[in-house]
Amino acid sequence: MAEQFELTDDMRAQIGKKSPPWDYEVTTTSVRMFARGVGYTDPVYFDVEAARKAGYRSLPAPPTYLGTPVFIPGRCSDTFSGPGEGLPRVDHGLKGILDGGTETEVFETICAGDNLVAVQELIDLKVGSSASIGKMLIMTADTSYTDKATGKLVARQRAQVIYY
Amino acid sequence: MLRFDDINEGDALPELRKTPTLQNLVKYSAGSGDFNPLHHDYNFPQAKQIGSIIVHGRFKYASLGELVSNWVGHGGRILEISCQYKGMDLPNKEFVCRGVVKKKSIEGGRKVVEVDVWTENAEGKKTTPGSAVVVFP
Repeated sequence: MAEQFELTDDMRAQIGKKSPPWDYEVTTTSVRMFARGVGYTDPVYFDVEAARKAGYRSLPAPPTYLGTPVFIPGRCSDTFSGPGEGLPRVDHGLKGILDGGTETEVFETICAGDNLVAVQELIDLKVGSSASIGKMLIMTADTSYTDKATGKLVARQRAQVIYY
Repeated sequence: MLRFDDINEGDALPELRKTPTLQNLVKYSAGSGDFNPLHHDYNFPQAKQIGSIIVHGRFKYASLGELVSNWVGHGGRILEISCQYKGMDLPNKEFVCRGVVKKKSIEGGRKVVEVDVWTENAEGKKTTPGSAVVVFP
């Protein structure tokens, strides 16, 4: 548990910085794996024919699917699978990590076969504290997902991560 | 199929019950790419400190998505879904995903329904409160 934690100017200087673009290829396998992991039983997430009958181009990605990146060894986090390159660097030294909250807006239905490009931006850094985990750093980042083929913004996700 | 006209403010969504086992969490890790050992390794320092591995916050978030998707079917579409992770849930303990219709409106010709959603543990504590916005054609 951290007794003391304060934001430094170096940390604050990272707010507003953006990552380079990263490919988020949505595939039938990735949608099925995600839907199975959550426990969906609706066949539209598993069976392309059922998806087409329900009016989708292919298997639709559940709205909470976003955040599942294309993993490339050495260029992504081994633990969280996300790209590590060029992300805003906040050297906080805290070891514990918890999810704080997630907000997703989906402007267009995303389906298997879509190739998205994600860019992450560090929005905010805040220091908080709680009785159980002590001082914490609350990091808020926005990720925008653009369809490679159309150039349209299809979704945006805001995630809060707590380091303690 | 659920239709906009059949929805009333105050309606409860059909609840979704989950008792995630370690295997369920491993499947979710594989499906989401989140391999934080806190969700599968009882010897991981953070798990030892907490006294158990814990359910991924995003598994609960995704379960809330499933709750809303199961209710809406394929006539409507989830436009927004959000939640805050307020309490930990443990494997092999049941949590219930619930929701209630908060507001129904027509905005600029768009039929919009806002719902409050949450996961509730055995003690009745809302560990993952959130909300969703659904649009109907």
